[in-house]
Amino acid sequence: MKTKAMAAIAAEETVLGTETGIAPGKTKRRRAHRVSALASYIQATPLAVILGLFLLLPILTIGMVSFWDYDSVRIYPDFVTFNYTETLGSWVTWKTYLNTLKFTAIVWFLTMVIGFWVAYFLAFHIRSATMQMILFLVCTVPFLTSNIIRMISWVPFLGRNGLINSSLIELGIVPKPLEFLLFSEFAVVLAMVHLYTLFMVTPIFNTLMRIDRSLIEAARDAGASGFQVLTNVIIPLAKPGIAIGSIFVVTLVMGDFITARFMSGGQSASVGLMMANQISLLQYPAAAANAVILLIVVLLIVAAILRVVDIRKEL
Amino acid sequence: MHADKRSREFYILAIFFGLFVLFLYGPLTTIFILSFQGPSGGLTFPMNGVSVHWFANLFEQQAVGDFGGSFRRSMILGLMTTTITVIVSLLAGLAFRRKFKGSTFLFYLAISSLVVPSILISLGIGLFFQVLGIRPAWWSSGLGAHLTWTLPFGVLIMFAVFNRFSPAYEEAARDLGATPWQTFRFVVLPMIAPSLIGVGLFGFTLSYDEFARTLMTAGTFNTLPLEIYGMTTNVTTPVLYALGTVTTVFSFLIILLALTAIIIVGRRRARIG
Repeated sequence: MKTKAMAAIAAEETVLGTETGIAPGKTKRRRAHRVSALASYIQATPLAVILGLFLLLPILTIGMVSFWDYDSVRIYPDFVTFNYTETLGSWVTWKTYLNTLKFTAIVWFLTMVIGFWVAYFLAFHIRSATMQMILFLVCTVPFLTSNIIRMISWVPFLGRNGLINSSLIELGIVPKPLEFLLFSEFAVVLAMVHLYTLFMVTPIFNTLMRIDRSLIEAARDAGASGFQVLTNVIIPLAKPGIAIGSIFVVTLVMGDFITARFMSGGQSASVGLMMANQISLLQYPAAAANAVILLIVVLLIVAAILRVVDIRKEL
Repeated sequence: MHADKRSREFYILAIFFGLFVLFLYGPLTTIFILSFQGPSGGLTFPMNGVSVHWFANLFEQQAVGDFGGSFRRSMILGLMTTTITVIVSLLAGLAFRRKFKGSTFLFYLAISSLVVPSILISLGIGLFFQVLGIRPAWWSSGLGAHLTWTLPFGVLIMFAVFNRFSPAYEEAARDLGATPWQTFRFVVLPMIAPSLIGVGLFGFTLSYDEFARTLMTAGTFNTLPLEIYGMTTNVTTPVLYALGTVTTVFSFLIILLALTAIIIVGRRRARIG
């Protein structure tokens, strides 16, 4: 329905465009317009084909397979609903979802606070554009290196005989190594914040850079304190960036399984991990049903974020 | 008055920023140092001497599985992904300059490619190939999975570039009698070249490090991140850190190369322009 309506609007706009195009009464222009419209289709085709083949059809396949039957060897075309009833009827699923949502909330909050202040510092306290660019790159570069290596790199810090434990013991703060540092939920949150904060920094930095500085001057002239400028001017204007960053972080954490598996040493549960386990047991239809539920939950959260903040201006 | 206000807030935030950078780079620096651990050293400090023993170890087949092969596959896959990402993003960017039927849908499809969790894409493509009866391989299903991750970034960058691109330059070229191809080749392309290098950099590094989307789509042979992940479960020597150091240094070199290219292109343009 909605796509149809959109297509209708788009079609109407094309018609209007053509009509304004022929205002001087030249058919040549009309043809040029038609040729350029054709060019747009040709130029957009590769993207449409790739996304159709590797995004749209695979997701439809997941939807289809979630109704299939399976045994320990293979999967069978069928129309059964027990993949859903089993998943939704088990309290393990609900507990896992709650646990995943808890991780999402904690990581979202931490990355937002850290990301906002880092972006704020870069946007408002660094005066020279070159320095701004350099510091921004310093923040971006780790994002372009391997996630797994970045996770591994916490081992010498957090391990039983790691840097933190050995310094704490040496300083006499704790008598024996703290066990909760590595392979715990704490480690999972720490690694996720480490991996994903950049997804907050970039969009927030982008919106902060676009704020008209005269607005801040005006607020100051009108007698606003620094705190009031922040809460009444800067944060409301930064909302679209915060929303985009939030969408990134929420979807990354909701679908994560590798961080949860590696950093918790298998002790913590997450939806992604549950799916990965079902996949490794070749229970594809069960994993597919889980995937459909996960997708719905993620899309609901994204829709909720978009309801609160209008990000269209940012695109 | 302003400078006065700046000093306190500035220093607090500067310290915060410094801690953030330390948080980002501290762990990486640690494994860099530990990868030079002596032959009898372990996974944590103290250092038992300094050596390149673990780097040598890395290139022995038995020690770490198929490092050379997986590195080669990741390289080729990265280059394939980069090439396709740059070309397809550029074409899509050009297409989105005009409104066409379905443009909104296609744009949202590209965005949703970022929002859909990676494990779903991995499972979906894996099942899709299985249902069709095609054997997944890193250069077919794996490539497709990587493109669902790199293309949205490329399209968004090109979208932003063309949003700020003034059509006046093209009009001027046309008025001077340039054909559409000449306008594109000699006016548009040189102006957006730095952004295209940026898209290529994103394409390569995202593909080279991609794990979750490759998991079910790589087929029989592992890419480098899959190989590293396999190692984490059974390798308990600093050879793991040596591998981390090598791949990270390689990523840094790629970033440096791309930045240098962007600066050179920018300088050349400044000289001509």
